[in-house]
Amino acid sequence: MTSAVTAKPHGALLGRAGPQGALLRRAALDSFVKLDPRRLTGNPVILATEVVAVLATASFVDAALRHAPVSFALQIALWLWATVLFANFAESVAEGRGKAAADSLRAARVTTKAKLLTDPEKGVIALVASHELVPGQIILVESGDVIPADGEIIEGVASVNESAITGESAPVIRESGGDRSAVTGGTTIVSDWLRIRVTSGPGTSFLDRMIAMVEGANRRKTPNEIALAVLLAGLTLVFMVAVVSLLGLGKYSGVKLDPIILGALFVCLIPTTIGGLLSAVGIAGMDRLLKVNVLATSGRAVEAAGDVDTLLLDKTGTITFGNRMATEVVAAPGVPEERALMAAVMASIADDTAEGRSILELAREQHGLVVPVPAKFTAIPFSATTRLSGLDSDGVQWRKGAVDAIYRLVGLTPSEVPREVLATVERISRSGGTPLACAQDGKLVGVIHLKDVVKPGVKERFADLRRMGLRTVMITGDNPVTAATIASEAGVDDFLAEATPEDKLRLIREEQKKGRLVAMCGDGSNDAPALAQADVGVAMQTGTQAAREAGNMVDLDSDPTKLIEIVEVGKQLLITRGALTTFSIANDVAKYFAIIPAMFVVSLPALSAINIMGLANPHSAILSAVIFNALVIVALIPLALRGVKYRAIGAGPLLSQNLLIYGLGGVIAPFIGIKAIDLLIHAINLA
Amino acid sequence: MNIEGWAEIVLTIGLAVGLGWPLGIYMARVWQGERTWLDPVLGPVERAYNALVGLKPDKGQGWLAYTLSLLAFSAASFLFLYAILRLQGHLPLNPQGFAGMAPDLAFNTAISFVTNTNWQFYSGESAASHFSQMAGFTVQNFASAAAAIAVAAAMARAFAANRGETLGNFWTDLFRISFYILLPLSVAIGLCLAALGVPQVLLAHVDAHTIEGAKQSIALGPVASQEAIKMLGTNGGGFFNANSAHPFENPNPLSNLIEMVSMNVLAFACVVAFGRVTGLRREARALVVVMTLMVTAAAGAIYWAETQPTPALMAAHVHAIPNMEGKEVRFGAAATAVFAAMTTGASCGAINGWHESFTPVGGGVAMFMIQLAEMLPGGVGSGLYGMIVMALVAVFVAGLMVGRTPEYLGKKIEAREMKLAMLAVLILTASILLFAAAAAVLPVALKTVSASGPHGLSEILYAYTSATGNNGSAFGGLGSNSYWNVTMAIAMWLGRFGYVVPVLAIAGGLVVKPKLEPTAGTLPTHGTLFVSLLIGVILILGGLQYFPAQALGPIVEHFQMLAVTKS
Repeated sequence: MTSAVTAKPHGALLGRAGPQGALLRRAALDSFVKLDPRRLTGNPVILATEVVAVLATASFVDAALRHAPVSFALQIALWLWATVLFANFAESVAEGRGKAAADSLRAARVTTKAKLLTDPEKGVIALVASHELVPGQIILVESGDVIPADGEIIEGVASVNESAITGESAPVIRESGGDRSAVTGGTTIVSDWLRIRVTSGPGTSFLDRMIAMVEGANRRKTPNEIALAVLLAGLTLVFMVAVVSLLGLGKYSGVKLDPIILGALFVCLIPTTIGGLLSAVGIAGMDRLLKVNVLATSGRAVEAAGDVDTLLLDKTGTITFGNRMATEVVAAPGVPEERALMAAVMASIADDTAEGRSILELAREQHGLVVPVPAKFTAIPFSATTRLSGLDSDGVQWRKGAVDAIYRLVGLTPSEVPREVLATVERISRSGGTPLACAQDGKLVGVIHLKDVVKPGVKERFADLRRMGLRTVMITGDNPVTAATIASEAGVDDFLAEATPEDKLRLIREEQKKGRLVAMCGDGSNDAPALAQADVGVAMQTGTQAAREAGNMVDLDSDPTKLIEIVEVGKQLLITRGALTTFSIANDVAKYFAIIPAMFVVSLPALSAINIMGLANPHSAILSAVIFNALVIVALIPLALRGVKYRAIGAGPLLSQNLLIYGLGGVIAPFIGIKAIDLLIHAINLA
Repeated sequence: MNIEGWAEIVLTIGLAVGLGWPLGIYMARVWQGERTWLDPVLGPVERAYNALVGLKPDKGQGWLAYTLSLLAFSAASFLFLYAILRLQGHLPLNPQGFAGMAPDLAFNTAISFVTNTNWQFYSGESAASHFSQMAGFTVQNFASAAAAIAVAAAMARAFAANRGETLGNFWTDLFRISFYILLPLSVAIGLCLAALGVPQVLLAHVDAHTIEGAKQSIALGPVASQEAIKMLGTNGGGFFNANSAHPFENPNPLSNLIEMVSMNVLAFACVVAFGRVTGLRREARALVVVMTLMVTAAAGAIYWAETQPTPALMAAHVHAIPNMEGKEVRFGAAATAVFAAMTTGASCGAINGWHESFTPVGGGVAMFMIQLAEMLPGGVGSGLYGMIVMALVAVFVAGLMVGRTPEYLGKKIEAREMKLAMLAVLILTASILLFAAAAAVLPVALKTVSASGPHGLSEILYAYTSATGNNGSAFGGLGSNSYWNVTMAIAMWLGRFGYVVPVLAIAGGLVVKPKLEPTAGTLPTHGTLFVSLLIGVILILGGLQYFPAQALGPIVEHFQMLAVTKS
């Protein structure tokens, strides 16, 4: 049980990505392969850029053949090609990181010999290749074997090393029945043996799905990405109209328009920045999830994570430590406090459970009481019939246990129990805690208060979530009294007590009916319907096969607090997309002030008045705008991959902050950038 | 410029917003079919109308049925008006004995009035009979305005509904808006104008003997009744060619004020009504603020430009006299500037000055107001839905930056909405720029353009801008021929239906969506931040579309004008 709420990413899958240099080299090569226009059909903005690049090249060749000056046309053409290549490069880098991770996963998918039980009754074994297994067959795996296929354990208990998938090298226990009965092909069994019913056919195993997801092979455009692509295509058409209309309007005004300049204007206006980085942003979002060891089965799920309104969190493990802990010892009337504490500690020394240890810890931490383990003692273990435990040492009997069991032990009927003790027991029960009584030599000496302890930092985390606009609902099997106490301590917005899987499902449906998106995590088979119903369902890697298939994400660390990270990654993805779009459109203002005067100034000298940047000459002005337009894509690749930082400060402040940076910044930055490039290319005499 | 001028601008616009408020509250009741104080009078009429057309007012229409009803109504209106104009020579109430209009002119004029544009290639007092003016133009002034307000009402229902099905009933909306809103207001304003001296007679003209002894024939007619709805319904088609600069249409400063307030008041009222119907009053208020700020800024810009002495006047050493070129002398520069801003911001198109004779900056701002898609505050109804389209784009782009997929007023904005919104934007841009580019090079079009150089380009650009924006005001200087008649008619048609159909399709998509409750993570769509965002998006998107074209027209003309004096 990890004590911190924040998940510690192992970065296992990304760690496998290999050296950075090789990745970039491969991406650079790949960006040339992607020049194939058939591969650009999904990206109208970059496709349009490529078309203009081809036309510019043709215009350069034409000029060269006529022995006309070619330097300008050549430079424009080259920078237009560079624009396309930079956009391709951005996508390739993003894809490359996934591909490298996929390659190492593929290494785990080796073909092995499987021990097929042709007659399970008699234990007859046939050796077959792992890829020949079909669902329904029963196989045997023994210590040292690689598990040849995904399956459900039908018999046996074994420890399994799943590092091939999770990157976590400590083996985990897998056993038949219950929620830990699923095994994954490609993992290794470290001890004992298992009989497994195969559940996946060739090519459809969990490992195969993981490879496909990581590689982005199944990456379809997400709904918001499609809508954004529509907007970008619409803007491209609008700018095409604006540029085409200049043919007529310019002719009327007696302006001689060079087609290459019109092309340059068009490329500068269309949103190449976001168009070039859009798919990289999407892939990088999946990548960031991978970094926290979460696999999403679709980009859609990542996007939905940003939209989640309601978070269903299991109490145990997410909000509280799994076990109850001692928080106080109340002495019976007439008993000194130290004696009561001593009794509680002595009765727990031989108790190896988390509850027992928490009593020793309470004594040590809060009262400075450290009791040495007696040299000789007889442990009295807990049993379901006595419902108490303790030890005998030096002729003294120390006991602790359920309150009525101790009453019986000390020979008191409830009416004979001191009123103060009854009141304490009542108070503890009412607050959602569990009272334990302790006795010394058959005499009641005190009451121990055991309670569910909320993990440190949880409350602050939920306050963050509230600022993000998320409602948290705690799910627990506890009774409403206990649940309410924990809920108010943890600061969740709502709770569902005595929850059954059906209650969970109903709650999700109700929330969705109100138009809210719901996220939850789960591991058991009975979680599967709720996982499937939730908009974001995170299944634990350790969970059952059914749960893993029902969810749209799998957490390889099996850490339920991961939900919070997942929501943040989703939001970050959307923010990055919006920031780059805003920046891209805002950039156009400066480009107009560079290109429009340059285009018209020869015929209409009065327009030099709007050359407010004071660019050296028409050619250098246009070239500077085109170069800026290309370089800004490269400059923003790191941002696209890393994502814009998300801060839980509420929508209003967040928007004004991002508008200032990417909107206003997007208007101002190109004025500076274009001017700087103009100074440079004028200085080295390029135009 | 002086403080009185600025006060006039602020007070006029303030009055339009202020009166729009109670009117909007009333309008919301009309949209929702609730009881109003006019029920005792109009209730029986409405029941008779429902019985006559076999209408069950509760039976809502899906977006397609609603759209088809609107298109069918508009088509019928077009045919009706076209027939009147062609046949006016044989129709009654034709004291001047005008012959029927030529086919291309009648085509242009009929589309012009059906699309709420009221572009006039004819001159009212010398081409249209009283019957054409009353049964043709005035009826369409009501009908086209009511149809646009109906679309706004449908949009409001789309945002109000939670997984709804229908957008309301077009025929019910058309009746209720015409009879409960437009008609009583027009009667009231018509009476006011008549009291202020606007003629309302069926005489053709009176003869007058001038001091010089010459005989002058002064045109008359049923002006007041048409004037009221011309302004209220943001139609803008004048009875006389000189429009609201004619003393019979606009006799004095008070009538000028009434007309200015009338042409913006219903646009503001539509937004207020939208806020009531959707229950999103703060959000509606933000839209009102955007409209108010931008139309005020435009009026200020025109006022500034029109009170600067031009270099030519300076050179002639007459700069002590205010630059009254193109302004209505009776009202002064400020009243002309605010009229120009309100009429171009509102797709009205009435004028009390001559936009062509403004300085390049003044004329350019007026043109830019129309190019910003007529929503500041926009035409009746069209201002609201134009603003909603812009808000959808603004929220889509910037809304992602709060880390959620975009939503506006509780409705998710997805690919379908973006597709339709961009289609609407593209149709306007393409119609304005491509028609203008074609006319700029085609000899047949250039033949009737009076000016040359950048000013001529402004004439062309303004014409297609005005037609596509369904504004109807003319920069001037254009003569009509069949090329202009037909292309302008197409531009008007595209500007109206190329926008309304995508808008209704958007409404149809939104109405079925669940209405989401706002959370702390939802982008706030009220308040200063959103207002600045929306203004920024409107200006940047509009600027990006039209900057190159404007650079070759008003902008270069402005700098050339300055350069002339320097040399």
